[in-house]
Amino acid sequence: MISINIEKKLKAYSGQQWLKVNREFADGSITKIHGPSGAGKTTLLKIIAGLITPEKGIIKIDDITWLDISTKISLSPQKRMVGFVFQNYALFPNMTVREHLEYATKDEEWIDRLLTIGKLETLTTHKPEHLSGGQQQRLAILRALAIKPKLLLMDEPFSALDHEMKRVLIDELEVLFAELGLTVLIVTHNPQELDGLCDGELEIDTER
Amino acid sequence: MDLTPIWLTLRLASITTILLLLICLPLARWLSKGRSFFKIIIEAIITMPLVLPPSVLGFYLLLAFSPQHGLGKWLYETFDLQFVFSFQGLVLASVIYSMPFMMGPIKSALQQLPSSLAQASYTLGKSERQTFLRVLLPNIKPSLFTAMVLTFAHTLGEFGVVLMIGGNIPGITRVASIAVYDSVENMDYSAANTYSLILFFITFVLVIGVFIFNKTQVKSPLE
Repeated sequence: MISINIEKKLKAYSGQQWLKVNREFADGSITKIHGPSGAGKTTLLKIIAGLITPEKGIIKIDDITWLDISTKISLSPQKRMVGFVFQNYALFPNMTVREHLEYATKDEEWIDRLLTIGKLETLTTHKPEHLSGGQQQRLAILRALAIKPKLLLMDEPFSALDHEMKRVLIDELEVLFAELGLTVLIVTHNPQELDGLCDGELEIDTER
Repeated sequence: MDLTPIWLTLRLASITTILLLLICLPLARWLSKGRSFFKIIIEAIITMPLVLPPSVLGFYLLLAFSPQHGLGKWLYETFDLQFVFSFQGLVLASVIYSMPFMMGPIKSALQQLPSSLAQASYTLGKSERQTFLRVLLPNIKPSLFTAMVLTFAHTLGEFGVVLMIGGNIPGITRVASIAVYDSVENMDYSAANTYSLILFFITFVLVIGVFIFNKTQVKSPLE
């Protein structure tokens, strides 16, 4: 069970606004997060991963406290080991497809399996600049899965994929999520595209 | 024709470049992360040699490290270290004087990398050090090379600071730029011309090297 109760001040053109989230996510659940631009969807994912610190709040995973502002507890991103798929992919320009996965894990069998799932097995020596947008996006997802996280955070993970590739990848990921017992939070601008995959949703809106 | 000043200059430039690389890599990473008033002060101090007359810097270094008083006296009496009129003094002065040439390109390149690169590495469980060595550093290679060549070339041409703290001791502090000045003073235009031509040739090759390296680099996908 993941329990999140946070408050974060956001800067906006129209002044300051607050991102407030108080929600629990069951183990193994897949939740889509949506809301207007600038509402703080990406910020919420980064707070959970430990990349941003909120003004107030508590995050607990199975009774382990990741964050408690009042008692100044804040585990580093390295200790939280959350799988994170960034909106801009954040691929490393100096590494090939295989090196990305080898940077994350030493498990060669797991790497081979991930490459098959992502249909990148013939592109292992390619660097990101020689991959298409869809291939880069799949590599970003595979890299996040390589560490076998318990929690996977995905920021607009399917936006660069065509309809067919999206359907195939979502089917593959659904099996993989269940196998790994993953809890998944997916930020999307198009909630309908994830109807078959997600079993819950969180709509984010800000407060002034 | 005495080539010792040329070898001394090349030795000084090599040592200065290596030392500055070791100093500036962690310092540039620290400076590139966020801004604070303290960091602004540090950056200003590092940048000062760019705008300060070299003789002013040399004068203060001479005062600070003079074995007669203060820091220089303490270093001399405690560690038997003398920076005035010695080769190590030239190295110290060159490190301070050339620091902005190493720091500028490295810091600027690190700031231009998307912050999500380091963040992605952290979420994979990698430490700050691993992230710096495996992700950030390999992606600023052209800037790193430019910084090293600029520092090396700039150290080759130092005159004011080197003369103030090192003087003109043959085989110890008499580097090529001082040898040119000294030869002209002694009306030995042939020696001055030879030293100048060698310095010109080395610097030209280095600058050409930087242009060729940067031209052949594949365009970064981050651009």
